Amino acid sequence: MLNNQGRPTQAGEAGAATHNTFTGNRGLQIEEALLFEVGRAETTGVDFPAPPAVKSRLGGLARDAAIGLVGLSEPETMRHYVRLSQKNYGIDSGLFPLGSCTMKHNPRLNEKMARLPGFGDVHPLQPLSTVKGALELMEELGRWLKVLTGMPAVALSTKAGAHGELCGMMAIKAAIAARGEQDTRTVVLVPDSAHGTNPATAALIGFTIKTVPARADGTVDPAAVAALTGPDTAAIMLTNPNTCGLFEKDVVAIAEAVHAAGGYFYCDGANFNAIVGKARPGELGVDAMHINLHKTFSTPHGGGGPGAGPVVLSERLAAFAPVPYTVVTADGVRLVEDAAENGSFGRITAFHGQMGMYVRALSFMLSHGADGLRQASEDAVLNANYIRAGLSDLMSQPFGDRACMHEVLFDDSWLKDTGVTTLDFAKAMIDEGYHPMTMYFPLVVHGAMLIEPTESESKASLDLFIMTLRDLAFAAKRGDSERFSGAPYLAPRRRLDETRAARAPVLRWTPPKPLSLAAE
Amino acid sequence: MRYLPLSEADRGAMLAKIGVGGIDELFADIPSDKLLKGLIGDLPRAKGELEVERLLGRMAAKNVAAGSVPFFVGAGAYKHHVPATVDHVIQRSEFLTSYTPYQPEIAQGTLQYLFEFQTQVALLTGMEVANASMYDGSTGTAEAVLMAHRVTRRRKAVLSGGLHPHYRAVVETVSGMAGDAVTALPPDVRAAEDLAAAIDGETSCLVVQTPDVYGNLRDLTPLAAACEAKGVLLIAVFTEATALGAITSPGQMGADIVVGEGQSIGNGLNFGGPYVGLFACKQKYLRQMPGRLCGETVDAEGKRGFVLTLSTREQHIRRDKATSNICTNSGLCCLAFTIHLALLGEAGLRRVAAICHANAVQLADQLAGVKGVKVLNETFFNEFTLELPGDAAAIVEKLAARGVLAGVPVSRLEPGHPELANLLLVASTEVNTDEDRASFVAALKEVL
Repeated sequence: MLNNQGRPTQAGEAGAATHNTFTGNRGLQIEEALLFEVGRAETTGVDFPAPPAVKSRLGGLARDAAIGLVGLSEPETMRHYVRLSQKNYGIDSGLFPLGSCTMKHNPRLNEKMARLPGFGDVHPLQPLSTVKGALELMEELGRWLKVLTGMPAVALSTKAGAHGELCGMMAIKAAIAARGEQDTRTVVLVPDSAHGTNPATAALIGFTIKTVPARADGTVDPAAVAALTGPDTAAIMLTNPNTCGLFEKDVVAIAEAVHAAGGYFYCDGANFNAIVGKARPGELGVDAMHINLHKTFSTPHGGGGPGAGPVVLSERLAAFAPVPYTVVTADGVRLVEDAAENGSFGRITAFHGQMGMYVRALSFMLSHGADGLRQASEDAVLNANYIRAGLSDLMSQPFGDRACMHEVLFDDSWLKDTGVTTLDFAKAMIDEGYHPMTMYFPLVVHGAMLIEPTESESKASLDLFIMTLRDLAFAAKRGDSERFSGAPYLAPRRRLDETRAARAPVLRWTPPKPLSLAAE
Repeated sequence: MRYLPLSEADRGAMLAKIGVGGIDELFADIPSDKLLKGLIGDLPRAKGELEVERLLGRMAAKNVAAGSVPFFVGAGAYKHHVPATVDHVIQRSEFLTSYTPYQPEIAQGTLQYLFEFQTQVALLTGMEVANASMYDGSTGTAEAVLMAHRVTRRRKAVLSGGLHPHYRAVVETVSGMAGDAVTALPPDVRAAEDLAAAIDGETSCLVVQTPDVYGNLRDLTPLAAACEAKGVLLIAVFTEATALGAITSPGQMGADIVVGEGQSIGNGLNFGGPYVGLFACKQKYLRQMPGRLCGETVDAEGKRGFVLTLSTREQHIRRDKATSNICTNSGLCCLAFTIHLALLGEAGLRRVAAICHANAVQLADQLAGVKGVKVLNETFFNEFTLELPGDAAAIVEKLAARGVLAGVPVSRLEPGHPELANLLLVASTEVNTDEDRASFVAALKEVL
């Protein structure tokens, strides 16, 4: 049977799954051995002249043993990595509705800009007189971030979202210490729906975590926060919009409750992309918030990094920002690198942070402008709600059918008695050509499925996605369990055994034993 | 707006399907007095590609690119030649626009290269296991110290005076915030400090960089023995990964944890980031290791495949009990690293390392011939410390005005040490030519 896009709806009909080949390859899906199985010790894909003869200055420390590396010629290298790439799903392959991760289009202009020699080929420690444009770019990016968030200060140098959290919480810890309250203000409130990085970050620098339970509507109750606050309150770490895809409607009251107790409001800005140009965290009582440039401002996720997580800071925290940072003087932009120069809490990375990401993010901002950024937020929210409207009759929502922000959250109660789990459902989406949604997060919702389409999807793309999920939902409900239990059938690999990987970890290639030994 | 596919007609139809009268009904949870009514002032409107290129191109043109001048700046980031293949491959959509491989069936490309990367890093460092990378060398070093505290259940780190001052500052900041003790030895330009005497029974780890920030090579073997005797973990740090092609690996010298900066291989200077932290350790400490790990397994048909593994160490499972708050690696940068190293191979890496060393030796000899200039190092790989007859920062500015980027004045890294003001760190790699060296020497003679 074919659906209305002419695609088979049953795994077995695809043919490829049952047709065996000599090589194990399946058309364009080509099996690729490990680098260490195809490379050779003597081969190199880089030509250099022999080094000039000099008297070694390595002392007695010249390497004598072989390293064990292998090399490939250039054509072999291309083929190895191109084949590997063909086993990956990316935003450019199709809709990537991974909730909370914001897989939006990555404009190639941004890549081109980051590779301009004046940005990409500049050393962090060359004389400041030779990097005036780079400092100007940092200052300009910071200005955009401050204006968009309504916050007075920004620390740019953090390397990722979780690193931004660490930076923000360090600023809070430094501010508490400056008040002489470091021994008493030790508790950080974290809602149970928070990203795991929040409690991990606070614990890393010695805070104790108190969990704030969500109320029945999926948001945080300011009364519950107030009840947990006291003279020991250091801060709350609140994600807004939260991980259930909802705007914390009582955010102002929550901020007031924490401030009244003498604490600070750390906002996890992972979901800032829903409200850019619609609301400013600075007007909601936020003291510190990291911004994932790789989410909101589309620097590529790159298979897991590099990210960038600048932190905007309130007036109360600005003085504690880590070095380096830029300041505008009569002579242009100056870089402050010495923590002793002011009340900075120190340094959190060598050099100046993720310059390559700054360029991409600023390129994205300049392209959109204030109008385009606002439109992008509106479209992201519109797209999520359109998916909600298309699926709400079949799939259950933990907090009722209500407007969401940029992502829509379903639970698994609608799958009860079908024998199909959230995991099975996600894996069946792979066979349909989609990357699955975020599964089993947030933890407060049973069998959570968190869908974030982003603003990059057309209406036609959303319509097909909705139809596909409806078809899968009908299949689950009518008991077509085979379509789910063994899925994926059509991906480069079938379901992988994660338990085996963890039980006896094999984390690197090792040479196979000679046959004589293997036989023993 | 070229990045937004929805038309006004689409938006209208979608709002109708959702059953709301206007977009702001979907933002109803934002308190009405906080909902922005119009566009934010002070920010420009949307621009076409051409305009953005012009604006950013103008900013870029105000910077002096390393490739445009005789260039000898190092101190933790190095100008190397990266083959064209590397940048082409990392821009393939399937690598560039993919996510952390949470769905391994459609992320085997990422997972396999991570497995290969981990193998390469373990081999280079001479260690048993390596992770899928850290943000950079400096943050990796701070994580290594935290890891050592978990392993030893002690909470004091001792840092060598040859450790890159930025790395030292990152360790001090993180440790200070975590309530752990740090003893940082004073700047040690000539690798003369007695590190074995600096550790005691309360020390969790000794952090030593080789080649150190002043360029000296350090033999870790005797330190490893001293550390073992006192139950202290030896953390070996490097900032120039190419050196590992020429010198004895830290693992061979007995290090427990090896951490360093991988930028030199595959990655550009990028004004400081993004870079890629390399992190390796002995197998017995695996469960206390921070960061992502990729492991081998099989799929339902018995075919070899790879997954992220041992995630029970990590924040999304363990929350406040996690080994680290880290939620990512440096994916694309470690892809660049692993492709470049696959191209180089054993033979290519050893050759490029030998060229770097030879170029640095020639440069040191020529600079030592300039009146008033002294090379302080007994040993070095591709970077060494010059003592100049005047303030190094001022001399560097004068050289920059003559079109030579000569190196890093130590005062830039150690501002509180006037006794180091005349010292200059000078690095050389395979990109430097005879003409570059001649320009440097000639310009230095002019300005002194």
